[in-house]
Amino acid sequence: MENPIISFEKFSFKYNAQAKPTLYDIDLSIRPGEKILIAGPSGCGKSTLAHCINGLVPHSFAGESSGRLSIDGKDSAKLSIFDVSQVVGTVLQDSDGQFIGLTVAEDIAFALENACIGEPELHELVLKAAQSVNVAGHLAHAPTELSGGQKQRVSMAGVMVDDVKVLLFDEPLANLDPATGKQAIELIDLIQKRTGAAVIIIEHRLEDVLHRHVDRIVLMQNGRIIADEAPDRLLSSRLLKENGIREPLYLTALRYAGVEIKEDMQPRSMGSIRLSEEDVEKVRAWYSFGAKTEEKGEKEPLLEIEDLSFAYSRGHQALSDISLRIDKGEIVAIVGNNGAGKSTLSKLICGFETAQSGKMLLEGEDMAGLSIKERADRIGYVMQNPNQMISKVLIRDEVALGLRTRGVDEQEIQSRVDETLKICGLWPFRSWPVSALSYGQKKRVTIASILVLRPKMIILDEPTAGLDYRNYTEIMEFLSLLNKQGVTVVMITHDMHLMLEYAHRALVINDGRLIADSSCSRVLTDAQLIEKASLKETSLYPLALRCGIEDASAFVERFIDYEREVEGK
Amino acid sequence: MRNIFNFIDRPSPIHELTGATKLICLVLWSLAAMTSYDTRFLIFLPLVSFVLFRASRIKISDVSFMLGFTAVFMVLNNVLVFAISPDHGAGVYGTEHILLGRGRYALTAEQLFYHANLILKYLSTIPIVLLFVCTTNPSEFAASLNRIGVKYSIAYSVALALRYIPDIQREYHEISQAQQARGIEMSKKESLVKRLKSASAILIPLILSSMDRIETISNAMELRGFGKNKKRTWYMGRKFSKADIGAIVFCALLCVAALLLNYINGGRFYNPFI
Repeated sequence: MENPIISFEKFSFKYNAQAKPTLYDIDLSIRPGEKILIAGPSGCGKSTLAHCINGLVPHSFAGESSGRLSIDGKDSAKLSIFDVSQVVGTVLQDSDGQFIGLTVAEDIAFALENACIGEPELHELVLKAAQSVNVAGHLAHAPTELSGGQKQRVSMAGVMVDDVKVLLFDEPLANLDPATGKQAIELIDLIQKRTGAAVIIIEHRLEDVLHRHVDRIVLMQNGRIIADEAPDRLLSSRLLKENGIREPLYLTALRYAGVEIKEDMQPRSMGSIRLSEEDVEKVRAWYSFGAKTEEKGEKEPLLEIEDLSFAYSRGHQALSDISLRIDKGEIVAIVGNNGAGKSTLSKLICGFETAQSGKMLLEGEDMAGLSIKERADRIGYVMQNPNQMISKVLIRDEVALGLRTRGVDEQEIQSRVDETLKICGLWPFRSWPVSALSYGQKKRVTIASILVLRPKMIILDEPTAGLDYRNYTEIMEFLSLLNKQGVTVVMITHDMHLMLEYAHRALVINDGRLIADSSCSRVLTDAQLIEKASLKETSLYPLALRCGIEDASAFVERFIDYEREVEGK
Repeated sequence: MRNIFNFIDRPSPIHELTGATKLICLVLWSLAAMTSYDTRFLIFLPLVSFVLFRASRIKISDVSFMLGFTAVFMVLNNVLVFAISPDHGAGVYGTEHILLGRGRYALTAEQLFYHANLILKYLSTIPIVLLFVCTTNPSEFAASLNRIGVKYSIAYSVALALRYIPDIQREYHEISQAQQARGIEMSKKESLVKRLKSASAILIPLILSSMDRIETISNAMELRGFGKNKKRTWYMGRKFSKADIGAIVFCALLCVAALLLNYINGGRFYNPFI
C-alpha cells in the first residue's frame, strides 16, 4: 500500500480561546488519489479538521495540539502554512469572498505571482488552468460578471495551478443552485481523475456528493471520528440519522416501506442500488396503502400580483409579466437558478424597488401607494445572512428595534417582545448579548425581530443556508408552527428537500418569467422543468420508476405525508 | 460606477504606456504645475494636455461629469479668493492698476491676471489627472505601485480595495433596504441626530460582515502563498518600452523647466507689470 499523503495519529487540538478540545484522538489516513467525504453536524469539528489539513490551524487559528499529523510524509508542526499550501489546495466555502483578483485571470494567477513565476510561463499556466475548468472565455471578467458556479471554478483553477497533491473542498455546495451543485460534483470528479490528486470534500449534503463515486465517508460527532467506512456500508447502518446527517431520500423511502438496507445492495446511489422483487413489492404496497390527501377548501387571497415587469436601470429585463397569487395561510417556495429574478421579486413586494408596470394587491388593496415602512407592517423580510440585519448588542433591543422606530409605547413594546421571544424559543437567552449566540440562534433573532411587528406574511431568503440538519429542522418546524398560527410564509430557496417537505406550493422562476406554479412533488418530477430552471430531481422519482409506479408525483406526496406522520410534523 | 477608476479601454499610445510610467508622469507633471506660476508655462501645459487627450481617444463626453464637477469647484475657488482678498494680485505683482470701481473691491488688472493664472493652474492639472484615471487599468495599478518601490503588500491592498468597493456598496444597499423595512428612516424628513442614529443600524452590520469578509480573504490569500517571498511577480505587470522612458524624460524636463523659470523670474510669478 502507498504511503498516506495525510495521516493523523492520536491527534487532538484545542483552540486557545476555548476551554475544551475541538478534536479528540483523531486517527485518519488519506492515501494519494483517494476521494473522501467528511460529514457531521455543525460544531462536530469537521471545519477544524480541514483547517488542520490546510495549515490554517495552527498558523491563523492558534491552539495546542497533541499527537501527530503528517502531511506528505513531513511532520506538520515543522511546516509553514506556505509549505502546506504546496501540497494541499483549498477551495473555501464562500466562492465570492475568496475571489482575490480584480479579474478571473489575476485570481487564477495569484498563487503563481506569489511564487515569483515570471513571463511567459505565468500567462501560459493561467490559460491552461482556466481551460481545465472551462473559464478560459472569461479571463478578463470581474467577479461581479460571473455566476456562483463560475466563481467556484475560478477558485478551483486558482489552487490547481500549484500542482497540489490534495484538493480540499469546504462545503462546495453551499450557495450553489441545485443544478450547478451537481455540475460542481461532476467537475470535482473529473479533476480528480485527470490529476490523480486526493480529494477531500467537507459537506453535510450527502446525497448530492454521492452523485459521483466516493471511496470513504468519514463521519464526525463531538470532535471524534465515529465512522470511517465505504459509502455502501455506512448507508446501510443507522449511524447517519442518529448523528444528525440526512440520509439520501430514496433510502428513507425504502426504510419507510419496510425494506432492510444491506451493504451488498450497494445503496450508495440510486444508479447502483439492487432491489429484489420482494423489495419492489414492499414499496408498491406501501405506496398503495397511503391515503390520498384531501383538497382543502376555498382560500382567501393575501397577495395578488398581476403582470408585474421590472428592469434595472442598465436595461436588463429582470422580471417580465409575473402574475401570481399567494393565499392566506400558505407556505410557498420560490425556486429557480441564480439570477433568475427570485430576489428581485421579493424586493418589489417589499417596495425596495419599484416595478415599471403591473399591479400588486395586498388583501385587495393596491400596494402602489405604500412606503417601504408601511409595507413592512404587513410583509416582513428576513435576509439570508443574520449578520447583515443585527445592529444591537442585546437580543431584547434587537427584537424591539422595529417597534421603537414606530413609536410604540414602552410598556406595549416590552409585552410584545416578551411574547415574541417566547414563541421563538429565545426566552432563555433574553438578556444575552447577540454575539454569544450561534448562527442558527441569530437567525431566530432576525425572524423574531420581524415577527414582533406582527406581519401577515414573511418572506425569507434562503432560511436554512449554512445550517446543518438539526438546526434546519428546528428553524423549519418553527416556521411551520408560525404558519399554523396564521402567518403566511414565502421562502426563496435552492434546497429541494426544504421545498418538498415544507412548502405547499412551488413557484418556479426562470429568466424573469414564472414558468410553473404547481405542487412541489409535481415540479420535482417534471424533467423538462427541472432542466430549464436548474433544479434537481428528487431521488424519489427514479425510485418510483424502478418500482413501476407511474404517478411519481403521487409517490412523492405519499412520502411527504408519511414523513409528516412519522416525524410528528 | 464600478470603482474610482473610470477605466475606458481604447487602443491608443497613452493606453500603451505602463501604469507605472503614467503614475510617475502624473507626479512629475503635478510638481511642475505646482511649482510655477509662470503664465507662459501655464498656457503651455494645458495645450500639451489637450494634445494628449486627443491622442488618448478619450472624449469630452466620457469625462463630462468630472469636468463639470471641477468647473464648479474652480468658479467657487475664484469667487472666494476675490471675496476674501481682492488685493491679492496687487500684493503679488507689486503694482496696482485700477480698472473698475473704487475702495476695497476695486478690480485691478493685477487681480484679474492672478485669477487668470489660477484658472490656468486648474487647466494644467485637472485634464492630466482625468487622463490618468481613464487610461490606467486598475488591475495594472497595483503592479505599477510595486514597480516604483511601494512594498507589494501595500500595493496589493490598493488592488483589494478596488476589488471589494463594489461588493461593499452592494451590501450597504441591501442592509439599508432591510433596515428601512424595520422602520429605520434615512430620508431627509428626519432630523440629523435621528439620521445619524439610523446610520448606525446600517453601519454596524456592515462593519461586522466586512470583518468576516476580511477574515475569509486573508485566509484565502495566505493559503495561496501571499507573503511567502520578499518579491512577487504580476500577471498584469508590463515592461517599460522606449515610449515609457520618453514620457518620463519629457515630464522630468517639465519639472526642470518649471524650476528654471522660477530662477529666471526671481520667484514663482511671471510679472508683466514691470
